[in-house]
Amino acid sequence: MARMKFICDAERCIECNGCVTACKNEHEVPWGVNRRRVVTLNDGVPGEKSISVACMHCSDAPCMAVCPVNCFYRTEEGVVLHDKDVCIGCGYCSYACPFGAPQFPSAGTFGVRGKMDKCTFCAGGPEEHGSKAEFEKYGRNRLAEGKLPACAEMCSTKALLAGDGDVVADILRNRVVQRGKGAEVWGWGTAYGTANGRKS
Amino acid sequence: MKPIRGLSTVAILLAAFAVAACGETPQDASAAGVKVDRPVYQGVGDSPFVAPGWKAGDRTSWQAELKARAQYGQNDYTRMTP
Repeated sequence: MARMKFICDAERCIECNGCVTACKNEHEVPWGVNRRRVVTLNDGVPGEKSISVACMHCSDAPCMAVCPVNCFYRTEEGVVLHDKDVCIGCGYCSYACPFGAPQFPSAGTFGVRGKMDKCTFCAGGPEEHGSKAEFEKYGRNRLAEGKLPACAEMCSTKALLAGDGDVVADILRNRVVQRGKGAEVWGWGTAYGTANGRKS
Repeated sequence: MKPIRGLSTVAILLAAFAVAACGETPQDASAAGVKVDRPVYQGVGDSPFVAPGWKAGDRTSWQAELKARAQYGQNDYTRMTP
């Protein structure tokens, strides 16, 4: 098996926030913490595009690189997880992450920085699988239940794909071929350039 | 007599000070290290939420289940007739 990956198809995302709701409900994430959120570019302008963003479980994760207490680890499936018993809540990972994935729970009027919380790819954490301790610290362990992340499985337009990187890439490649979009797809020009030099 | 008692008291205090650090708990934040996490294909045990169609502990069947689930649940082109 390849590595577990997320990908969001910007041609399909309709900014319904179903993925955000599914995640919060599945893991009973506290108020103020959003493991996943939908970002809309050019909001309100015709042609606006939305993408669902969470931890991308980077192969060379900057959060892992900067953590002073080394609380991160990577599973065999390429999922980046962390140990909340080791985390000191310093926030370095938050500064390092290009996606803003690390979240910090706040309580009280002015907020208190606690242990970091982030998307686990629904793979729980370093506690007994399916245990109460795992759920309270990290949320449900759907991968160990033979399921894919709730956000992707709940996505109404199947914009958000999750799973084995090879399978996800095949699905997206097939879509691009079927809908006949190649170089004109949103983001292509930014990544690969266009004939007139404009970004798309 | 008195100087000997004073010396022995000092010696005991010095010895106690010398070994005092031995009783301290490690303060290195990563001393305990990250707890070992079991592979996800080991399953969650007896739970009504476990998806049917695979065997806990069997990595191949778990991988096949997730691949099938990804295709069936996310690839709508495989569910349409052209």
